[in-house]
Amino acid sequence: MEQDQRMADGWKRWLLLAGAAVWLGLPWLVFGNNYVLSTLILIGLYALVGTGMTLLMGYAGQISLGQAAFYGIGAYASAYLTAHAGWPAWLALAAGAVLAALVALVVGIPVFRLREHYLALATLGFGVIMFTFFKEWKGITGGLNGFFGIPPIRIAGVPLQSDLPFYYLVSLFVLAGVWFARNIVRSRVGRALRAIHGSEVAANSLGVNITKYKLQIFMLSAVYASIAGSLYAHYVTFINPDLFGIVPSIYFLIMVVIGGAGSVWGGLIGAAVYVCLGEWLKAVVPLLLPDAGGEFEIVFFGLLLVIMLIYMPNGLTGVALKGWRRFWKTGWRRQVDSHKARSIGGERG
Amino acid sequence: MEAWSQFVQLLFSGLTVGSIYALVALGFVITYSVTGILNLAQGDFAMLGALLCMTFVNSGMPFVLAIGLSIAAVMAVGALFERLAIQPARRSSVAVLIIITIGASFVFRGIALLAWGTDPYALRPFTGHGALEVFGAVIQWQSVWAIVISLASFAALHLFFQRTYIGKAVAACVINPFAARLMGIDIRKMSLGAVAVSAGLGALAGIVIAPISGASYDMGMMIGLKAFIAAVVGGLTNAPAAIAGAFLVGLLESFAEGYLSSGYKEAISFGLLLLVLLFMPNGLFAKMTGKRV
Amino acid sequence: MSAMLLEVERLSKSFGGVQAVQDVSFGVAKGEMVAVIGPNGAGKTTLFNMISGVIPPTGGSVRFQGGVINGKKPHELAMLGMTRTFQNLQLFSDMTVLENVMVGFHTRLTGGIFSAGFRLPLARREEKQAQEQAFSCLEQIGLAHLAWERAGTLPYGTQRLVEIARAAVSRPSLILLDEPMAGLNPQESKQLVDVLLAMREQGFTFLFVEHDMETVMAIADRIVVLDYGKKIAEGAPEEIARHPDVIKAYLGEEAV
Repeated sequence: MEQDQRMADGWKRWLLLAGAAVWLGLPWLVFGNNYVLSTLILIGLYALVGTGMTLLMGYAGQISLGQAAFYGIGAYASAYLTAHAGWPAWLALAAGAVLAALVALVVGIPVFRLREHYLALATLGFGVIMFTFFKEWKGITGGLNGFFGIPPIRIAGVPLQSDLPFYYLVSLFVLAGVWFARNIVRSRVGRALRAIHGSEVAANSLGVNITKYKLQIFMLSAVYASIAGSLYAHYVTFINPDLFGIVPSIYFLIMVVIGGAGSVWGGLIGAAVYVCLGEWLKAVVPLLLPDAGGEFEIVFFGLLLVIMLIYMPNGLTGVALKGWRRFWKTGWRRQVDSHKARSIGGERG
Repeated sequence: MEAWSQFVQLLFSGLTVGSIYALVALGFVITYSVTGILNLAQGDFAMLGALLCMTFVNSGMPFVLAIGLSIAAVMAVGALFERLAIQPARRSSVAVLIIITIGASFVFRGIALLAWGTDPYALRPFTGHGALEVFGAVIQWQSVWAIVISLASFAALHLFFQRTYIGKAVAACVINPFAARLMGIDIRKMSLGAVAVSAGLGALAGIVIAPISGASYDMGMMIGLKAFIAAVVGGLTNAPAAIAGAFLVGLLESFAEGYLSSGYKEAISFGLLLLVLLFMPNGLFAKMTGKRV
Repeated sequence: MSAMLLEVERLSKSFGGVQAVQDVSFGVAKGEMVAVIGPNGAGKTTLFNMISGVIPPTGGSVRFQGGVINGKKPHELAMLGMTRTFQNLQLFSDMTVLENVMVGFHTRLTGGIFSAGFRLPLARREEKQAQEQAFSCLEQIGLAHLAWERAGTLPYGTQRLVEIARAAVSRPSLILLDEPMAGLNPQESKQLVDVLLAMREQGFTFLFVEHDMETVMAIADRIVVLDYGKKIAEGAPEEIARHPDVIKAYLGEEAV
């Protein structure tokens, strides 16, 4: 078993390396095609939000129907602080993240006393209220007209105005985000979160401070979303409140459900599948039905959400993980004296 | 004098909207009580009812028939939704079930978008375009209809639960599902019935409000969410309290819009939701019902 | 005698007008195995829940290692060295046996979200320590071969052992066991009794609520008997077995 574990880990390492190679080489494969690049950037930004949500939903078992609000906080903080207050973009990004974490803390303290239905409702209510602020706080957000002229982000004084460097910047953030999440999952904190998911009373009786961990992970997921929002603002240079309302929150939820909240890769995979399916629909549906517009997208993703949850509640990564484990169990595992089995299973990649 | 007429105007518009929220909120309460599911697609039943009724009327159908037919159609949609999406996932966690209803809501919206497009439609009022004048305020007849119809529906439902066998069976399921099963009551049928009836109530709400605020594919979400707030403010399983909550939300919105600013209307309702959730998680009226027992 | 590890003083709880527990006092010394028994509805569970911080008492106090612990939350008690098991198992069924026990080591580690996320040396060191401790705990209890099984797939009796390992891995000064024998078959009961006795040899202290009189008589050093929320007797198993009030309240019923 030890040997098999090593073999499995080895395979995993190669898979990761191959993935990294594809990711880095992708822009060259598409010869800097801007449509593809901008799609990839979008995937990266959504993946960042999704990764935070997998921690919150899959590991801590808490639902958030208002995650786009944090995405919006990051976006507006960056927009306002760089365009109107003249802050450097990186400082604004950090300030946005801190602000998002603080908002999550203030909202989370009362909200996480609630459970299930009520928690879902409260996060939904939070999302609507934040959306109203984005819409009505015209002095800062520009209201429904939107916020124009957000300056580009700079690295060593050089503005990132084309897609290629931005692609690498975003992918760096995604990699760091997934790495950070994966480390958390395989730690005391991650175990505590999964314990909370399993049984709150038992976790509590073993010394896990439930409220503290729920809050921390909610704040962390807010930081993920906020950073993605900041990057988004600098990328498109124009934002409006509709991007941060309830429907975008639901789309983030759909991504996590598609990808599967049980793995830290769920956010990335969900975002990729979601964006690609969306683009594919946009390309294919008009060929079949020339009069149809974006409405197919809604029906399609609604149906997908329902079907996934009924038949594949752990998402794509859940299925993949199951297959992966079965493969190593039946294909390679031999009868091994259990006491020799010292290596610790790589639970939940 | 003008202040007075404005007050009456706002009062009536609050009551009108409140009665619509109440019908949808009642649907929430019935579904939640019987199935334990918070159906976030509830508002979309109102949207489907309104748009279907509009289509039937425009095709020349008599008004009353159009209303009946569209309610029946939406009830069928509700039943279908229960069988295809709720039953197969019965054993899932609460979060999964909520998300499933969100998915269903997207599907309904999308289908409406395909069938009717993005433009809002008008439905003609039940009885002409006339209006009443009360203390200088202009009150459309349709508002009166809305209030009367919702009150009549509450009375009818009350009688149904108190007096009929099926109604009592449903009530029994709510109080103790296990005992109800022992008594030979089929919970799955009850669940189907509850969702269908809720859908019907939602459709009625949509039809009644359509002549006032129009009908469009995206009207369901806000109606649904407001009704939701009403139901939570009322305590989720208490029908009279949910109705009271609905009127409270309607009035609050109306006065907030009239006296403060229309932009923050949403935030005020949801602020109320958060306050109630945080400080009175069993609803505003929990104490009252507690004493009654 | 030196101060008790756990001192329960005139502890009371009323729900509405009903006195579930009334003026109950007793103590648990280090290294002891104390049982609380009583007929159904005698207030054992309420007493237990007050001691473990699940519900606040309406009167009296609980002192643990000399300090008053009234109103402390369960996780604070765990930090102080008091853990518990549950009557209806509360394992983390989607986690492996080893991970379950590792959660039990939570109080002995300090790493937070940042040291974990950035994989600082502290987090790595602690992770290794937790694994080793959890594994050796499983070895002692004879479950090492199941370390990588999902906890939810194990037989009931084994799950209960895992739960005890999980409560014990942090070497708490007191372990509360809520009806440890409930739902076990005779073989599993015997295995559990052996494990508990071996643990007492190692210096663990237990307070437990139990229905199964045979087990209680066999392993308890001292027994506290509750009836209608009041303590009616306390003493060694032999004394309790002879105590007239106890026979009337408890054994009497069974004898009839």
